[in-house]
Amino acid sequence: MSDLKTTPLRDLHVELGGKMVPFAGYEMPVQYPLGVMKEHLHTRAKAGLFDVSHMGQVIVYAGGSYEAAALAMEKLVPVNLAGLGKNRQRYGFFTNEQGGIMDDLMIANRGDHMFVVVNAACKEGDIAHMREGLGDCSVDEIEDRALLALQGPAAEAVLSAIVPEAAEMKFMDVGMFGSDYDELWISRSGYTGEDGYEISVSNENAVALAKALLAHEDVEPIGLGARDSLRLEGGLCLYGNDIDSTTSPVEAALTWAVQKVRRRGGEREGGFPGADRILDEFENGASRTRVGLRPEGRAPMREGTPLYAAAEGGEQVGHVTSGAFGPTIEGPMSMGYVSSDLAAEGTQLFGEVRNKRQPVSVATMPFTPANFKR
Amino acid sequence: MKYTEEHEWLRVEDDVVVVGITAHASEQLGDVVFVELPEVGTEVSKDDDAVVIESVKAASDILAPIDGEIVEVNDVLADEPGKVNEDPEGDAWFFKLKPSDPSQMDDYMDEAAYKKFIG
Repeated sequence: MSDLKTTPLRDLHVELGGKMVPFAGYEMPVQYPLGVMKEHLHTRAKAGLFDVSHMGQVIVYAGGSYEAAALAMEKLVPVNLAGLGKNRQRYGFFTNEQGGIMDDLMIANRGDHMFVVVNAACKEGDIAHMREGLGDCSVDEIEDRALLALQGPAAEAVLSAIVPEAAEMKFMDVGMFGSDYDELWISRSGYTGEDGYEISVSNENAVALAKALLAHEDVEPIGLGARDSLRLEGGLCLYGNDIDSTTSPVEAALTWAVQKVRRRGGEREGGFPGADRILDEFENGASRTRVGLRPEGRAPMREGTPLYAAAEGGEQVGHVTSGAFGPTIEGPMSMGYVSSDLAAEGTQLFGEVRNKRQPVSVATMPFTPANFKR
Repeated sequence: MKYTEEHEWLRVEDDVVVVGITAHASEQLGDVVFVELPEVGTEVSKDDDAVVIESVKAASDILAPIDGEIVEVNDVLADEPGKVNEDPEGDAWFFKLKPSDPSQMDDYMDEAAYKKFIG
């Protein structure tokens, strides 16, 4: 795996028995000796520690004004960023001229600048896109910091032993706090549907902080395998599977992320790539919609499975974009796109698995209730 | 016991052959979440798909190692697929097969050869 990049935690993963695989150009642990199923269940029951250092951390600076950075970024992202409060973060996405999604990201107001976290596989393109689109703003990739995620109901107790301020944070708060591991940049958020934190730490302190968190009896290291089943149970999109450059925010059922102020009639309506198509879909709907799916029985319906309205014959009406077995729901779960007239909860469809059409019904997401501290 | 390069084991019990997957294979698969067994009475030929296994990672097919008739399947696995990880070379056998040509087993590895094969 010599061509792959590594994170500061690479040797620790190996020491912990992590099975290393290539992922988005990085050598990352897919699982530890506990295994995907138990890692998943442990995260929902107690707390899991994830290395997400492969993701891109970027600072957008506009002469010391968050608002100036936000207004510039609103030209690329159809989200109310100027209205985001200090020390708060929000989910958003870059759109392209066709109204598709170039990447999804988290955007934080850190007082005098903006901090964003983007997907590993897209980060080079995202940074180039920001440098081109943000005019006079400086766009700096932070390469001297690792990113850890601590997720699960025990996360608050575990992290607040190291950073007491963490206990006071609410879902989607961000803060910068001094600690024994130098300054930590913490957000109360994650990618599992559980309460928890993402913690940016200097590369030099990353291993020591990870070991301190793992020293708590409630914390286990969690690999990419369980990260995927956790996020899918949580109804969260994986960029490249469930959303991509061809799916619009309305098709992707991410309309909640586009606040009224950016929609038609809003104070800062449009002004982002693909606005014509996207705002039109807000009014007239899209022809296909992302939905949750619960297959009958135990067999997972994986990515690429074609969906039909009838047990035999008829045209294809959609396809699965992610599918796995949900350890917490003890059954298979998928998400995918279906023709919008078939997107109502409870609609019976059929997925073709191994040349047989298997019943599957449209279901609400998340599949497991979200457990955020609001 | 005999072993195939597909990581199946074959154990002769009187006039039938019991088939399962090795501990090595079950580790590689990861947690098994679904097992689809063949129907009793099915005639299979060597290398036909006989069993579908879904793990947390992917779907895999288990092939019939020899020609014969499926005479019994391990129904417990439909409800408790995790047994494939817990006891792959014992309780978690997949099916019993009445061989049409028992000499087809001669080509397969013994335990020492299989251990060498998986390194």
